[in-house]
Amino acid sequence: MAKFLAVTIVIIAIASAVPILRHTWAPPQDISTHGPLIDEQMSDTMAEAGISFLAAQIILAIFIWMFAGARPEGKIKTFPGGAKAMVIASLLLVGTEVLALGIFGQRAWASVYFTPPGPNAMPVQVQAGQFAFYFRYPGADGKFGPLHPEQINEGNQNFFGLDTANDPDSKDDIVTAELAIPVNREIHLLMHSKDVGHSFYVPELRVQQDFVPGLDVSLHFTATKVGKYEIVCTQLCGLGHYNMKAYLEVMSPDDFNSWLKQQAALQ
Amino acid sequence: MHDMSHATEHHAHTPPQGFIRNYVFSLDHKVIGKQYYGLGLVAVITGMVLSWIMRIHLVWPNFAIPGLGLLSKAGAPGGIVTPEYYLQLMTMHGTLMVFFVLTNVPFAGFGNYFLPIQIGAEDMAFPRFNMMSFWTTFVAFLVLIAAFFVGDGPPLAGWTSYAPLSAVGGAAGPGEATGQTLWAISIAIFCIGQLLGSLNFISTTLDLRTKGMTLWRMPLSTWSWFITSCIGLTAFAVLLPACILLILDRTAGTSFFIPSGLVINDKLQPHSGGSTLLWQHLFWFFGHPEVYIAIVPAMGIVSHILINSMRRPMLSHRVIIYSLLAIGFLSYMVYGHHMFVSGMNPFSSLAFSFPTLLITIPSTVLVLIWIGSLYGSKLRITTASLFALGFISMFVSGGVSGFFLAQPSLDIYLHATYFVVGHFHMVMGVAAIFGMFAGTYFWFPKMFGRMMNETLGRVHFWLTFVGTYCIFMPFHYLGLAANVRRYSAFVDDYLQPLLGVHKFITIAALFTGAVQLIFLYNLIHSRFRGALAPANPWEATSLEWTMPSPPPFDNFGGRHPVVYHDPYQYGIEGATNDYVMQDSPEEIKSVRDER
Repeated sequence: MAKFLAVTIVIIAIASAVPILRHTWAPPQDISTHGPLIDEQMSDTMAEAGISFLAAQIILAIFIWMFAGARPEGKIKTFPGGAKAMVIASLLLVGTEVLALGIFGQRAWASVYFTPPGPNAMPVQVQAGQFAFYFRYPGADGKFGPLHPEQINEGNQNFFGLDTANDPDSKDDIVTAELAIPVNREIHLLMHSKDVGHSFYVPELRVQQDFVPGLDVSLHFTATKVGKYEIVCTQLCGLGHYNMKAYLEVMSPDDFNSWLKQQAALQ
Repeated sequence: MHDMSHATEHHAHTPPQGFIRNYVFSLDHKVIGKQYYGLGLVAVITGMVLSWIMRIHLVWPNFAIPGLGLLSKAGAPGGIVTPEYYLQLMTMHGTLMVFFVLTNVPFAGFGNYFLPIQIGAEDMAFPRFNMMSFWTTFVAFLVLIAAFFVGDGPPLAGWTSYAPLSAVGGAAGPGEATGQTLWAISIAIFCIGQLLGSLNFISTTLDLRTKGMTLWRMPLSTWSWFITSCIGLTAFAVLLPACILLILDRTAGTSFFIPSGLVINDKLQPHSGGSTLLWQHLFWFFGHPEVYIAIVPAMGIVSHILINSMRRPMLSHRVIIYSLLAIGFLSYMVYGHHMFVSGMNPFSSLAFSFPTLLITIPSTVLVLIWIGSLYGSKLRITTASLFALGFISMFVSGGVSGFFLAQPSLDIYLHATYFVVGHFHMVMGVAAIFGMFAGTYFWFPKMFGRMMNETLGRVHFWLTFVGTYCIFMPFHYLGLAANVRRYSAFVDDYLQPLLGVHKFITIAALFTGAVQLIFLYNLIHSRFRGALAPANPWEATSLEWTMPSPPPFDNFGGRHPVVYHDPYQYGIEGATNDYVMQDSPEEIKSVRDER
């Protein structure tokens, strides 16, 4: 019985590790400038967590195998070093391990959150609401007109509550249901929620940020690969949560400019 | 308090007369412990059935679930679950499991029954408070279940009930009307029950220890209940006002959690000045310690059982207690790791990340001491010890994914994915439930005077052990592939290749759930037909095994036991047996753990 348990634990541990080693299910290819830092941190952590996991399970199995079963004549033995060895091992191995992870992990976090967007970053506003994202580009004047929440009207397609009749800055604003951005250009996302909590998640971009109702949240990133990706909501927002999505289209600068012109004409 | 000068006098108490005082509004901690256990059993069966419905809906969305249409015509017309009903079931699953199972059984259930006995007391310090705390919890349960039967059904905001979705009322969608209000009322009542219970546990531990029962001589299970009650006292004291404010936002027009300018269905909401992050701070200030409220008692129970099975004390009794204390203390400083991408100040994320990483140190110490103590032991395999060993394996598996989630930079990618679902199900769900199973198989003979069937118990262990790994390990893989949680269907293109994994999980969940019927059968059958249990079937040392099985009404028959030894005197050379009970006056060269 005990030996069977030991073998089962080892089989489960190895079977659990195989898909990780083979990258059967892995993050999609990164398309951001800050992503490589996150990916590197992820594989470092995977190595350390994986070794801890396998070592603990296998040693557990070995001791179960070795010491189960009555040995009436045998004496109780104590692991060399006793509890002191365990505490020292924890402090040295795990302590340095987590400290290293913590310290090196800050670089990736800092690259996203502690650096302000550059002066040439392109501002795009994104509004999340039950159950769609809408995006706003400032137009030729480079200015976003003010928002009037009381004027929001989905029927009239006034998703943001813009007053184009009275606010000159709003007149040339371009509102879209898809986020198109030029490749290799820093984007400064200005995020707000219309109603409840939502989140902006693009796995390929290694970006996830909640929309906080009542707060303006900002995020900046640079996409490095042309293509079409999915933006999904990851903060439970109601019955249509699973279906709340939009597309992120990363374009060449020329394609982007003509797309923007096209969208401006549609307003 | 006991009057110690009369320690040797016998004054037996007669049990109360009548069914109601004996079994319903009982003041006896043992009956109350069983009541908590029974309530937990009802809650866990309900919660598990809900998870079955959810798993079926995820992979066979058009499968009509028989009878479900009767429970909710709107939510499951013809037995087919709607997207909103999925979220409503999910919310109820989480709430039932976290509050009414993981908090009730290992802490309030086993704790009520065995804490007074293990310290040599006749009952809890405040028996009436104790009765009230159970019946308050029971009312909370009824209020929560009532949400199934109101207008548009139970709430859908998840067990975390983030504002403003949970605060703005019915406009926000189905379940956000009466159902969500009932949720908030239920949890507020639940908090009151837990606060009463925690106070009682703390007073009992500090005041009612019998002669010779110093703090260091308390068994590890008692230590874990004591530490848990200290955590619970501060955690539930924060959740209670949070729920009251939420109720006020929903019913009295206040705006604690609702900012201005929110527009729902083109209608500007009449609120201003609230903060949605305030709810998250208050909730997680409770919510993270809650994880330890679930797992610390399991750690104590498992240690208690492992020592008995290994026939030796742990490498160090005190280091285990210090580690549990460190975990309890740190649990308040880490809650912000649930909020890395919530929009709070990014510097706070760093401040919360380090204590989170630090908490791995006492956790690792515990694991190493459990495993290290196995070395050179005389491990006896019973169903209880199988589940205790399974607990260690599960705790390790669930713990290592914490390395990832403790780091803000990795949380950017993994937050709100199935990686998180896998992590917390393994570490606070399955591991804690393995602790409960171990406790049940170990203490059932004492509680009911009959043995459980070992063969059925072992079958139950093997199938559950393998089954739960099959369910929860793949959750991590889904998370690595960015599968978002709390989706009632997977419509995104990038999620399509993952549907096969979901099918595997669903089948494993249905199978592992069905296996629990073996446990249920064993529990009920053994209660009435099991072999009669001797007083000390496991040759154990602590005080619960010094009394008949089941114990008499006043535990020690009016005698105050006197404790002479540390709790775990196993492997004694030269003694009559290989163990010496705590109240045995036999003079021994005691087994000292290393200090």
